[in-house]
Amino acid sequence: MASSTEAARADGPGAAGLAVAPGPARITIQVSGMTCAACQARVQKALAGAPGVLDATVNLMTAEATVSYDPAASGAEALVERVRETGYGAALSRAGADAVVEQDAARAQEFRELRAKALVALAAGAAAMVASMPLMAAHAHLGLGAPADPFMRWSMRVLDPPLARALPWLYAVPPRALAFGLLALTTAVMAWAGRHFYVRAWAAFRHHAADMNTLIAVGTGAAYVLSLLATVAPGFFVARGVPPDVYYEAVVLIIALILVGNTLEARAKRQTSTALRALLRLQPRTARVVRGGEERDVPVEEVHAGDVVVVRPGERLPVDGEVLTGASAVDESMLTGEPLPVEKHPGDRVIGATVNGAGAFRYRATGVGAETVLAHIVKLMREAQGSRAPIQKLADRISGIFVPVVLSISIATFVVWFLAADAAPAVRAFAAAVAVLVIACPCAMGLAVPTAVMVATGKGAELGVLVKGGEALERAHAVDTVVLDKTGTITEGKPAVTEVVLAAGAPVPEDVLVALVAAVERASEHPLAAAIVARATASGLPAPEVQRFEALAGRGARGVVDGRAVVVGNPALLAAEGISTAALEASAAERAERGWTTVFAAVDGALAGFLAVADRLRPTSPEAIRRLRRMGLEVVMLTGDTRRTAEAIAREAGVTRVVAGVLPEGKVAEVERLQREGRVVAMVGDGINDAPALARADVGVAMGSGTDVAVEASDVTLMRSDLRAVADAIALSRRTMRTMRQNLFWAFAYNVVGIPVAAGALYPALGLQLSPVLASAAMAFSSVSVVTNSLRLRRFRGA
Amino acid sequence: MEPSKVVVAVAGLAAIVWVNWYFFLAEGRKAAVAAKVGATGLQQVVIRVEGGYAPSRVRLRAGQPARLVFDRREDSSCSEEVVFPAFGIRRFLPAHQRTGIDLPATAAGAYEFTCGMGMLRGSLVVEDA
Repeated sequence: MASSTEAARADGPGAAGLAVAPGPARITIQVSGMTCAACQARVQKALAGAPGVLDATVNLMTAEATVSYDPAASGAEALVERVRETGYGAALSRAGADAVVEQDAARAQEFRELRAKALVALAAGAAAMVASMPLMAAHAHLGLGAPADPFMRWSMRVLDPPLARALPWLYAVPPRALAFGLLALTTAVMAWAGRHFYVRAWAAFRHHAADMNTLIAVGTGAAYVLSLLATVAPGFFVARGVPPDVYYEAVVLIIALILVGNTLEARAKRQTSTALRALLRLQPRTARVVRGGEERDVPVEEVHAGDVVVVRPGERLPVDGEVLTGASAVDESMLTGEPLPVEKHPGDRVIGATVNGAGAFRYRATGVGAETVLAHIVKLMREAQGSRAPIQKLADRISGIFVPVVLSISIATFVVWFLAADAAPAVRAFAAAVAVLVIACPCAMGLAVPTAVMVATGKGAELGVLVKGGEALERAHAVDTVVLDKTGTITEGKPAVTEVVLAAGAPVPEDVLVALVAAVERASEHPLAAAIVARATASGLPAPEVQRFEALAGRGARGVVDGRAVVVGNPALLAAEGISTAALEASAAERAERGWTTVFAAVDGALAGFLAVADRLRPTSPEAIRRLRRMGLEVVMLTGDTRRTAEAIAREAGVTRVVAGVLPEGKVAEVERLQREGRVVAMVGDGINDAPALARADVGVAMGSGTDVAVEASDVTLMRSDLRAVADAIALSRRTMRTMRQNLFWAFAYNVVGIPVAAGALYPALGLQLSPVLASAAMAFSSVSVVTNSLRLRRFRGA
Repeated sequence: MEPSKVVVAVAGLAAIVWVNWYFFLAEGRKAAVAAKVGATGLQQVVIRVEGGYAPSRVRLRAGQPARLVFDRREDSSCSEEVVFPAFGIRRFLPAHQRTGIDLPATAAGAYEFTCGMGMLRGSLVVEDA
């Protein structure tokens, strides 16, 4: 699933896991100005004839050209230039990242335009207010009564007297001249600042659709037409006993206030995607690669899989790869949330967009373009932000019918006021109907959930928690049971030497023992052997050669190292060699109690000691489990280990409920069993062995190692191997749900209360009628408040 | 009742009926436009985005991939994004440009697409060939 541009990017250099030699590259060029098949043929011919081009296809519908070429013979820029030479516009296609940049630019442009329009309209609104005062005063003198609009009535009472003293000349202007002046001002404001409301409302109307613009256009349009008639033919109104009231100031102020609201909303909406933008900014523009024996700076798009990339201290890594030479500590916090720099040695994987520390190294590019971890994260985030949370369904249903229903209510309001009002029925009916139109706000409902999803997924990514979408985000809040896979989740997932215990009177000191045992184990394929060898390497011990190596299946191994006979294995093996392990049996039994495995060793026929090997707890696991329990979650540990080993780890980690002896297939059954108990289960596992259980759980959480982000079976992917992120994810989900509920409640309540008040529901009891100007102010700020509430999620700091 | 009141009441009622007819019923009777099937089996259709989607109902064949080309002819922020909830797609549509969205082969059924805020609507009618 991808837009055509992203699909093109996925086919780009290196995407197919190209080998060291760079193969043909493929780019997509956006071509503008093509109107017919002949244009298409011309562009295609030009491209196909360019040097180095292997294949070119031009799609008239999408206005795109897809070109395969030999990167040695041509370049993307040259091909774009080739199209331009034919007279058509051409630009490199925007890949995922650039689409965001473009959307950003569009939003920024929109914001600037709206701000300019809002400011001018506000100034015009103030001028219109002032100019309306003498006009209303003149009407009052003619005995036509006070204005029907309560806002204008209030301003007459409060503003008119001081204004009359301050600007006596204004009151000397003939009322008809003032009215025409206001007409001109209002027309100008509508035609410039408010133009888009009318254009868009009309476009929607032609499609039998109605939106916010419809309400504003109908509301202000009706007020404008009525005012226009009152200005041009006041006699018509006076003859029927209706004051020729004009609503110019209301029209201008409504437009101004809604523009102010839209301006604030545009700014707030931009902020909902700051996390995504921050991620995109991580991508360096250039890379230093070795080409033809020398180091060269090339655009990052031209780095191919297999290229050797040179990284100097403090530089950002351009693409993913594997370290060849050199070593350094790399800051991966921006992608994984892991605060400490990670040591990198030859053979280790490095991720593009992370920052090199003080060392320097060279690495071979393995993931470039759309295949980098960063690109995957961006893609996942964009998909997540595009997904819908189920809670939105109601809002969707309502917003689909909202505007026509409001139009109907507005008409009904007019009719009821006209029939029931004791005085000036037409004017009051009109004011109430317009107020209904401009107070109704479908935007708040439409923004309530998506803005919260946007901000929450962005926040999650910042914390190293990738949530797959709105639905996962919503489901996670209800989780009451967290099932943790033991191996690789609570523990490191690979055995390590935890302790070296020397026998009394051991023939060799600890270091020598480890080196000797490691020498034998280097030749062995036993899983525990790797742990012992790793320990010897980490301690910087010498690695002598083993001679006469002999593996004894199920018991151990022996050999001669540096002229010393070394036997490594279980007590039975040593006993068979005539070496008693009795002296250490008690302390070995104690280690076994903790779930550790012991490996005995004898040197030159004498018992030397044992090495304890265990899959160690991740240092953050106990704290993470404490947090989960503090959040009221039941934590269950699932493992294939024996009960004794499992319970030892569980005690250390602080888990009280353990299910031991579970086969990989049994994990699904265990999740199902918990679900039958009525629990909402989050399963945390490694995403590969645990995929079926992750998929079965209500929320599957895959613990990534920072390099495999797109874990299919999971709803949530943790970018770092740290269980605390599980607590963060659930806490974030809870916060987000709260925000969505607040937003929806506010958006519904606002309309449910606002529309009847605007229609005059409070009039019979309290004599209260809402002015259209105040109604538009309420409308403008209701959607701003919803977006602002979602933005508060940015302050979330983890569980 | 005064004649003017009768006139207003009747006209108001008629207006309400018309509004609901125009926005809810008149639209639903519009026929779906079938996508064109290319040589490769890819179904393509161009949808104009201008205050709404034209066509707003698109007929596709089940089991075949499809490309919807959105031709956005305005800069109203209302239509800047298109969302296909069933496919988990939310895509930004640059103003005055065409943006292709590829859909996988799908089972027969009706799938909705909307603008980013769910105000503008369109639907895909996927039918077995």
